[in-house]
Amino acid sequence: MSILCDENTRVVVQGTGRAGSYHAEQCLAYGTRIVGGVAPGKGGQAFLGQPTFDTMTEAVRATGANCSLVFVPAPFAADALLEALDAEIELIICITEGIPALDLVRVRRAAAGRPCRIIGPNCPGVISPGKAKIGIMPGYIHLPGHVGVVSRSGTLTYETVHQLTQLGLGQSTCVGIGGDPVVGTSFVEVLEAFADDPETHAVVLIGEIGGSGEEAAAAVIKERLRHKPVVAFIAGQTAPVGKRMGHAGAIIAGGHGAATDKIAALRAAGATIAPNPNEIGSTVASRL
Amino acid sequence: MNLHEHQAKTLLRPHGVRVPPHRTVLRAGDAERAARQLIDETGAAQFVVKAQIHAGGRGKGRFKEDPELGGVQRVQSTAELVRIAERMLGRTLVTLQTGPAGRTVNRLLIEPVLPIARELYVAAVLDRVAQRICVMACGEGGVEIEEVAARAPEKILREWVDPVVGLGAYQARRLAYGLGLRDKAAKGAAEAFVGVARAFEQEDCTLLEINPLVVTQTNDVIALDAKIALDDSAAFRHPSWPDLLDTAEEHASELSAQAANLAYVKLEGTIGCMVNGAGLAMATMDIIKSFGDSPANFLDVGGGAGKDRVVTAFKIIVADANVRGIFVNIFGGIVHCDLVAQGIVDAVREVGLTVPLVVRLEGTHVEEGRRILAASGLRVASATDMADGARQIVTLAQPEHAAPASGSEAATGR
Repeated sequence: MSILCDENTRVVVQGTGRAGSYHAEQCLAYGTRIVGGVAPGKGGQAFLGQPTFDTMTEAVRATGANCSLVFVPAPFAADALLEALDAEIELIICITEGIPALDLVRVRRAAAGRPCRIIGPNCPGVISPGKAKIGIMPGYIHLPGHVGVVSRSGTLTYETVHQLTQLGLGQSTCVGIGGDPVVGTSFVEVLEAFADDPETHAVVLIGEIGGSGEEAAAAVIKERLRHKPVVAFIAGQTAPVGKRMGHAGAIIAGGHGAATDKIAALRAAGATIAPNPNEIGSTVASRL
Repeated sequence: MNLHEHQAKTLLRPHGVRVPPHRTVLRAGDAERAARQLIDETGAAQFVVKAQIHAGGRGKGRFKEDPELGGVQRVQSTAELVRIAERMLGRTLVTLQTGPAGRTVNRLLIEPVLPIARELYVAAVLDRVAQRICVMACGEGGVEIEEVAARAPEKILREWVDPVVGLGAYQARRLAYGLGLRDKAAKGAAEAFVGVARAFEQEDCTLLEINPLVVTQTNDVIALDAKIALDDSAAFRHPSWPDLLDTAEEHASELSAQAANLAYVKLEGTIGCMVNGAGLAMATMDIIKSFGDSPANFLDVGGGAGKDRVVTAFKIIVADANVRGIFVNIFGGIVHCDLVAQGIVDAVREVGLTVPLVVRLEGTHVEEGRRILAASGLRVASATDMADGARQIVTLAQPEHAAPASGSEAATGR
């Protein structure tokens, strides 16, 4: 088993421009079931051997899609997410970066009460190795297995997965939740899913400075993940106060969001902290 | 992007937040005319002069060249106003937030003095946990709010804004009455709170703080100070924003990085870093620190970095005089290692290389990337993983190794 997605997930791609086409093709090559594309005005055109639709409503009716992979450019991305919510897509994965924070506030408000989960934005997506790759991560570094990975970062996740795979430690599902201040899904929901997934035997959490998501994650680790080893790494231990480190969410502001507080909370909850980013894989190995 | 106080006040006014009448001057020679206009408008006799820099603590701050003088001055006459303007403009103001180097004061805000009865605090922030705008108000204004939060957190009242309906008038009243305000002052404060929430939302702020929000002796409620930071991601729907940018307040290197779409933050250390991805870039800074040195910068070349971006990034790093060594750490996902390698080679050929360079490549097209670096003839040390790379660059950047490392005849750019 895995969480969020598997070989049966039917994916429609919102935003079929250059980036969307390139990455959707990589997903298809990995074995993901891409069932169509959505791009206003391009209805009827072919997209990777599947049809393109003008609206999500049509796409869902025709393809039975239950997942959307969003590449729509930032100014229009919030509208694309609202359209996916309106079509009651179960899993909406938004890769787009640079969406205004308050757009996500409105999207989250619209998502309340709907049977939908949004992952991202500004994230690499979700992969259940050997089953489905729904995102922009390089598929070949992954290995099917039993370590769940959840992260706010993209390439640092690849780094982690690479280390795990080199050590022969495969992954159940890897989830990038994104680096923005407001995201669709937090560490908490992903950790709860890993806690309930019998195929996930250990969990890696990659956090970074800013916000209090890691502190909330610590509470879940303490309550729900006592039976599975958890390894954590927090990036930005040397970042200065008040400076945004690339990700819109990665800033230590008003005395909150420092790495030391996050590390203390995670350690107190029973997680093992990787001493540096080069030893995340080996720290997992030592806990298994 | 951070705004100056006078810009923040101008932005707030149309949203129903009352601000004092004001003028800004860039030259002391203009101060007299500004004062005359304010006298005609308001009948004011006394003024307050405020240095406009992107840092707090201006009142308690002192000018380097004029240690008796603070960044906020009350003056009794037009003549005194001109004298103070002459002493402030072009001088360096050092506050708790500027660091010891201070900031050059290039413009002044001039306002009439208001008769203050009470000072309040109001701010709006994006509450990441609630995923909503939160309006915070406190009956103790003019002081450090962090200090109040630590000492008496119950004194800070909060209301959350439903994005569909905005801050309800009832919520604004709850704040105003909660602060002990009555009658005209309560009504004025409630209007200001609604305006703060609306401005935050419509102007795409990431921070909006009014400290103090004052109640005057006539029970008018007026923003005496204002601090606003804007969400850079929303720039596409605010065509006037480029006019608000004060380039004098930003590091030149950060501005050129911004123009090239690179996420760059100048830091105080000596190891220049070029990394793809914000998380990996922060982790790279951390690992350099763990080997006993400090990063000169944060630099994320981005997910889709091509050769040109790598060249630009490299130029920005070598332009920093503090840099004693460069560590390139790339995990190629979307980014292809061969393109990065070619970018490094091109950049070194163009701008030269006078400090050691360590490159760690992993991921997509890594073999090709390593081959390009090896075949280039450049003195580039190759690392097997990020710890190995950090160890090497920290060693090579020590003063005893600091001899020029450029082994390429082509590296003649300097």
